[in-house]
Amino acid sequence: MSGAAQSRTRRILPGFGLAMGFTLTYFCLIVLIPLGALVLKTTGMSWGDFWSAVTAPRVLASYKLTFGASFVGALINAVFGSIVAWVLVRYRFPLRKLIDAMVDLPFALPTAVAGIALTSIYATNGWIGRLLEPASIKVAFTPLGVIVALTFIGLPYVVRTVQPVLEDLDAEIEEAAASLGARRWQTVTRVILPELWPALATGFALAFARALGEFGSVVFIAGNMPMKTEITPLLIVIKLEQFDYAGATALAVVMLVASFALLLLINLLQRWASRLRPVHGD
Amino acid sequence: MATASIHIPVAHQVPRATAEPWVVRWLLIGFALAFLGLFLFLPLAAVFAQAFERGVSAYLASFRDPDAQAAIRLTLLTAAIVVPLNLVFGIAAAWAIAKFEFRGKSVLITLIDLPFAVSPVISGLIYVLLFGLRGWLGPWLDAHDIKIIFAVPGIVLATLFVTCPLVARELIPLMQAQGTEEEEAAVVLGAHGWQTFFRVTLPNIKWGVLYGVILCNARAMGEFGAVSVVSGHIRGLTNTMTLHVEILYNEYNFVGAFAVASLLTLLALVTLGAKTLVEWQTRRRSTDAGGDEAEPKPVAVTAPVAVTGE
Repeated sequence: MSGAAQSRTRRILPGFGLAMGFTLTYFCLIVLIPLGALVLKTTGMSWGDFWSAVTAPRVLASYKLTFGASFVGALINAVFGSIVAWVLVRYRFPLRKLIDAMVDLPFALPTAVAGIALTSIYATNGWIGRLLEPASIKVAFTPLGVIVALTFIGLPYVVRTVQPVLEDLDAEIEEAAASLGARRWQTVTRVILPELWPALATGFALAFARALGEFGSVVFIAGNMPMKTEITPLLIVIKLEQFDYAGATALAVVMLVASFALLLLINLLQRWASRLRPVHGD
Repeated sequence: MATASIHIPVAHQVPRATAEPWVVRWLLIGFALAFLGLFLFLPLAAVFAQAFERGVSAYLASFRDPDAQAAIRLTLLTAAIVVPLNLVFGIAAAWAIAKFEFRGKSVLITLIDLPFAVSPVISGLIYVLLFGLRGWLGPWLDAHDIKIIFAVPGIVLATLFVTCPLVARELIPLMQAQGTEEEEAAVVLGAHGWQTFFRVTLPNIKWGVLYGVILCNARAMGEFGAVSVVSGHIRGLTNTMTLHVEILYNEYNFVGAFAVASLLTLLALVTLGAKTLVEWQTRRRSTDAGGDEAEPKPVAVTAPVAVTGE
């Protein structure tokens, strides 16, 4: 892009002041000021109160479940999401386009709907729960159910981050590897996979971050037993219902810090990805 | 390594060398389809199977419940307020960010994504802290008899927060890819700002706007966590469709819960259809324009980050 042309054009087009003014005002009113109120609320707490609120045993158990299940869900998505992306880009089979479009379903489907649908499938009388019962595997109302829900809501991330990278991959480098004598497996692990790592890591982090804050789909399938299947967002709601505003706020701040740290990590990952793979046409 | 150079590249062998054996191929397709079947298609089928479990008449009867009708009305009302506001915000933000250079632009782009990084429960909580009875403005609001939390305004605010980046995220990359030449030409030829916008910019971004609106609408109607915190679950008054689904489900009224859920599922399917249509339109436009003029797949690129949240 030619910098000179850019700096000249900015004065030609009208409406910068209006658009920017509206954007900032609206964003401050709806997002920044309310979020600021949350942070301000915690400054009213003493450090001791804050610490005991965020390290109570029931809270620690909820962190373990929330972070653990989110991690496992994101891991499942990393493995199967890459396979799905690979299959969608490389192979031709019936209904491929429909299936490709359906990958975004977890984005569009309300989480409460996903929650009750998954619960009905995995309950002991459900379509899959019934099959698993003889093996005495319980999914609904156990931590396994939480993992199922978090896998569902994180499903599109890895697919949608890996897919464009695979599409842009030059066939020539694979041909070069093959003509230099690499087995197909070697080409995949040594040539293709290194190209995918940044996208895969970004997709994983996005799925993980999304799962951390998830509420709607989990509360139905988890069973919500204290110390066992209670996720942190639910604990925030419970504290709020008991009018323990300070406790709810303290937990919210912990979750916010975790998600902002992840957001930063994702930004760094994306920068890494774009440095490795400069976007075409720029 | 030793066997490396034994291969003789014959023309018809070249594509084979960069493809997997058919066993691997079908195994991978099998894995992918099994995974998607288990996690996507089965839940989708379950919604409709459960909704129609007692037949069509029981399904239809679920919508004659006045509480269900009130929930549908409230959801429509919320979307009718939220979507236009976020549309204006999205267009304004995209205009400022895509058409001008200013300091702190990348910070602003990151900030707009902020609501996606926040758990929906926290999005509700912040409004309770501000406007709740024990919140910052609670006593003042109570003295003036204004209800926000456990009332419709709170539901609207929480939904605004959750869906506010959607249109902007859709339009920013699209408008950045289109550049400013066409608008500059219009202005140089004497068009006013609004004329330029309505006659030059809007026709260029109309598909992106359409998808942004549909997406924002779907997320606004489907929001659960944030709304659940601020609604108070008053039947017939502050129950949205998703909250109504929750109540019916917890009362073991599965047909009723899944009947309302099936409407939301249809909405989700329409949204996916619209996304596919818009991608197809943008791709056609970019090939019409002769290649790299427009972004090849703006929707697909922004989608993963765009629909986070709850």
